[in-house]
Amino acid sequence: MRRKNYFLLAISLLVFLFLTIPLVIITVTAFGEDSTIVFPITGFTFSWFLKVFNSSSFINAFILSLKLALIASFLALIVGLLASYGLSRYNFKFKNAIKSFFLSPTIVPAIVLGFALFQLLVLTLNLSIYTSLIIGHFLVVLPYIIRIITASLDTVDISLEEVAWSLGMKKGKTFLKIILPNISSGIFAALLLAFINSFNNIPISMFLSGPRTSTLPATLMNYIEYFYDPSVSAISVILMVLTVSIMFIVEKTLGLGTLLE
Amino acid sequence: MKKHRQYLLLLPGLVILLIFFLIPLIKVLFSSFISEDGLSFKAYKQFFSDKYYLIILLRTLKISIITTLICAIFALPTAYFISLRDKKVKKILLAISVFPLLTNSVIRAFAWINILGKNGVINKILLALRIIKEPIGILYTDFSITIGMIYLFLPLMLITLVGVMDNIDADLPEAAESLGANRIIAFIKVILPLSLPGLVVGSILVFTGSLTAYTTPQLLGGNKHLMLSTFIYQSAMSLGDWKSASSISIIMIIISLLVIKGLNILNKKLDKREQE
Repeated sequence: MRRKNYFLLAISLLVFLFLTIPLVIITVTAFGEDSTIVFPITGFTFSWFLKVFNSSSFINAFILSLKLALIASFLALIVGLLASYGLSRYNFKFKNAIKSFFLSPTIVPAIVLGFALFQLLVLTLNLSIYTSLIIGHFLVVLPYIIRIITASLDTVDISLEEVAWSLGMKKGKTFLKIILPNISSGIFAALLLAFINSFNNIPISMFLSGPRTSTLPATLMNYIEYFYDPSVSAISVILMVLTVSIMFIVEKTLGLGTLLE
Repeated sequence: MKKHRQYLLLLPGLVILLIFFLIPLIKVLFSSFISEDGLSFKAYKQFFSDKYYLIILLRTLKISIITTLICAIFALPTAYFISLRDKKVKKILLAISVFPLLTNSVIRAFAWINILGKNGVINKILLALRIIKEPIGILYTDFSITIGMIYLFLPLMLITLVGVMDNIDADLPEAAESLGANRIIAFIKVILPLSLPGLVVGSILVFTGSLTAYTTPQLLGGNKHLMLSTFIYQSAMSLGDWKSASSISIIMIIISLLVIKGLNILNKKLDKREQE
């Protein structure tokens, strides 16, 4: 009976080492003095971080990714809030089909969506890369927003609204004053997940990228193909620190469990 | 007006999805069927008769299946281990599992370049131990892609399984043990069947994820070990071969839909058998 315990422990230990060691190695190599990546490192320096902060292409890409994630998430939030409210509060024909349609961008492989959007937006409609990126990322994050917000709308008692209406409150005002405050944590979780998914997206950004408009992950992809130096490790460390901060904020506000659902 | 309010709410989303999601996909579908002499299956016939294409398809399937199996084999005991811990430890272990999922996949693939490359950690260790005399090429192989994929998707399987196992009544395995089953039997007879829905969901996520992942095969496979996703990108952007890119896209969508459908049917059948 004890042996089984050790077996579970051993496998779990193996799995957690497998999950963490590669990221630990990246973190260590970011501080190496050599001009290429070596592990273990021979000296200790912050110069790769300085190089990253002084590189306009990395900084511009970072700002683009940030802007894109914010704009796409907020646009999707507005459209998603309306759609989620319609889906959770009304009954109509083809309701389930329409809901699946709203969630379907997650089923289509992102690489296919990127290819399809590249043809339509860039080649046929001649839209700018920036606009195309916003549309592409909007499509990627909308399903997350609709899924989380319909779920949190379903937990709000419909009689709350009915009371407000019967007391003469207009529907729009009821939505803003009664419903929104009740689903605020759902909205926060939806925005966060949307932001992370947009910021980390690669397949769509690879198809929709131009000479001076390339997201951070796409820029990194291209950089790694030609250079093998610790500046990529340094960027990785910066992004991992941001991820840890986000996880910390989530844990303190919603609890990490909400991101898992 | 009042009666049609729901449609007004849904309208913006529906219009956007129609124009920017459905129409481009239909365009891809059409262009895969159009050739010089009208509508035809030419692109698909070519795909399934060309050895070069078939090797890529088989590699993609092989890597996706192995990834799914290994993720399942390692995630099952680990998820059980996590679900047995008390609240505090569980939280920490889950945080460690979620962290890679929130980390960009470029970083996660890059991590393995550092480990598997010619100057990477593995080659250094093997050289130091005098097992090999010269660095061996582990990177840019099917093996390196598979490792990268397992690294990418193991956390997903883990979290899905912990979610299901957390809902299993802790008294059940204890009851089995008090009735004489040892821990392994209790795990196989009690925990495993109750975790099957999670295993199916996890397998769908991991399989379709590996089938369509782009970053990992691009960075760890190079140009010689293409998977369907990297092949789509290469056909479209490097070769300008829109027709191939379109037909591969459609094949990729069909495979993922078939797998989702198949595993769901399997799950229902297993469910029924449990109830009988």
